[in-house]
Amino acid sequence: MAANAPIIDLKGIDVTFKEADRTVRAVKNVDLEVAKGDIYGIVGYSGAGKSTLVRVINQLQRQTSGKVTVSGQNMGALKGKALRQARTKIGMIFQHFNLMNERTIGDNVMFPLLLGSKLSRHDKQAKVDELLDLVGLSEKKNDYPAQLSGGQKQRVAIARALANDPEILISDEATSALDPKTTSSILDLLKNLNEKLGLTVVLITHEMQAVKSICNKVAVMQSGEIVERGDLLTIFSKPTQQLTKEFIETSSQIDAALANVVAQPSIQHLQANERLVVLSYAGASTDDPLIAQLYEQFKVTPNILFGNVEILQNTPVGNLGLVLSGEGDAVDKALAYVKEQGVTVRQISVAEYQAELARKAAEADTNDEGEA
Amino acid sequence: MTTILATDFWTSIMPNVVANKDVFIQSTWETIYMTLVSGIIAGILGIIIGIALVVTAPGGILANRTTYWILDKLVNIFRSIPFIILLAVIAPFTRLLVGTSIGTTAALVPLTIGTAPFYARQVQNALVDVDRGIIEAAEAVGASPMQIIFRVYLREALPDLIRTSVVTVISLIGLTAMAGAIGGGGLGNTAISIGYDRFENDITIMAMIIILAIVFIIQILGDLWARKTDHR
Ligand SMILES: Nc1ncnc2c1ncn2[C@@H]1O[C@H](COP(=O)(O)OP(=O)(O)OP(=O)(O)O)[C@@H](O)[C@H]1O
Ligand SMILES: [Mg+2]
Repeated sequence: MAANAPIIDLKGIDVTFKEADRTVRAVKNVDLEVAKGDIYGIVGYSGAGKSTLVRVINQLQRQTSGKVTVSGQNMGALKGKALRQARTKIGMIFQHFNLMNERTIGDNVMFPLLLGSKLSRHDKQAKVDELLDLVGLSEKKNDYPAQLSGGQKQRVAIARALANDPEILISDEATSALDPKTTSSILDLLKNLNEKLGLTVVLITHEMQAVKSICNKVAVMQSGEIVERGDLLTIFSKPTQQLTKEFIETSSQIDAALANVVAQPSIQHLQANERLVVLSYAGASTDDPLIAQLYEQFKVTPNILFGNVEILQNTPVGNLGLVLSGEGDAVDKALAYVKEQGVTVRQISVAEYQAELARKAAEADTNDEGEA
Repeated sequence: MTTILATDFWTSIMPNVVANKDVFIQSTWETIYMTLVSGIIAGILGIIIGIALVVTAPGGILANRTTYWILDKLVNIFRSIPFIILLAVIAPFTRLLVGTSIGTTAALVPLTIGTAPFYARQVQNALVDVDRGIIEAAEAVGASPMQIIFRVYLREALPDLIRTSVVTVISLIGLTAMAGAIGGGGLGNTAISIGYDRFENDITIMAMIIILAIVFIIQILGDLWARKTDHR
């Protein structure tokens, strides 16, 4: 394997399920490259094909066509013992933990080591202790899964997944059954393992918050296809697809704030020289005193309505809702300047935006009736 | 206390039982022998068939439509034959196998054939209840089909397997009584050929009491064991 070749390389992956009455093409011609050390997020709504796609990586699901290369090995060509050997290098954790109920925590973590590991009995025990220590559950070694909380169970599952020192960890909705606090502690653990062990992580989720907190890359899936992908900052600051924007909105709540704003009378009756805008920025551009410049250079007065800033991968990413007012074409000039600084400007016509909201609400209503 | 244990007390309420004490001891052993031997053979067969049903079923770890279909139908057919008819139908086969169709050893053949399919279904149900996700997690860490069967399926389903085994052994004891009634020996034979045929009611009642005692002991021990292994 070339030094900088991706550790996971999916090429033209198609997965079709044939059933008596129908066929489902769950994954459609997907290419995906994950570099060593990535924490690669895959987001999408239920049924998008996320699980099917990642199960192809360790061949729990065979692809209908396409090529799967993991650590330089052509996975599709592996069978029997060779495939099982390759699987030991790909850990996996699940939404419902999937621990064995009749084995203690220690024995659950021991399980992968019972299958053909060459370690001595003593070394296996030491390995189990080390793993339980890593996930912070040493004192639970002799308990059974039923005695643990969800977050603790997931930690055990992580320890089990790491027993054979895998290079890759696949997490399929591993935090979806957990509360927000536990979720973030599990995500922190994954991030920690990524940094400490150089573990490559593929993180499936429908929560953008999870992606935001630990991923460096993200792919958005819809109906079996990856509709958008890229590094986290680009996706968050310059999403191009509607679905991506929707996912980002669920975590930033900008549209919710905007809807609130346009409902206010003072905004509904903006003067001719006033403009409602949302500025989105990522990284360096936020270091300049941009807002101050608006007034100093263009005599444009910014009235801040709402805003948020988040730190993604040590880079601030923010959204700011403003009403700008100035003489003549000052506002236009100011906005042109702002764009030059690498800030995305979204100008909002209050009337159009309200019409849009009304249309969406009507759509949602008919959907609800359709389902009822 | 002394009067209860005194022989004349028992002679007064169960005269025929006391007179046939040795017959009872022997037929109790015969019942235990038939239950134990046919239970072990049917148990092994049932576990093998039950596992095969689970792993070859669609979506199983060794999915195989044809094998599953054949096993499934065989189990259904044998489970549908009333035991009393099975006894008669397989008599020639029994004779071929053990040289006679009468006696406790001969009874082992129909008992085994009558019990194995029933137990196979019970085993199948217990194993199917093991969460598919647990099996998948084992596959993901590189477990082979054999390792999954022995280290996951049988291990995870152990409490249920103990419970269904108890049910099976109890129904097997019922079958031994029926086999006994047509010449297989054991407590069933004693109850019918001495108690019922000669109108010696105390014999029939005593046979029933001993069978109930055996059933209760198995039930209690089985429940304790199942509870001890269950950590869900
Ligand atoms: N074994 C299977 N047999 C038939 N259809 C399947 C199978 N597995 C998945 N599918 C179908 O493939 C599609 C994608 O399913 P998949 O589980 O990959 O989605 P997902 O994105 O993981 O969804 P979720 O968020 O609900 O887990 C769905 O339409 C599903 O019904
Ligand atoms: Mg899924």
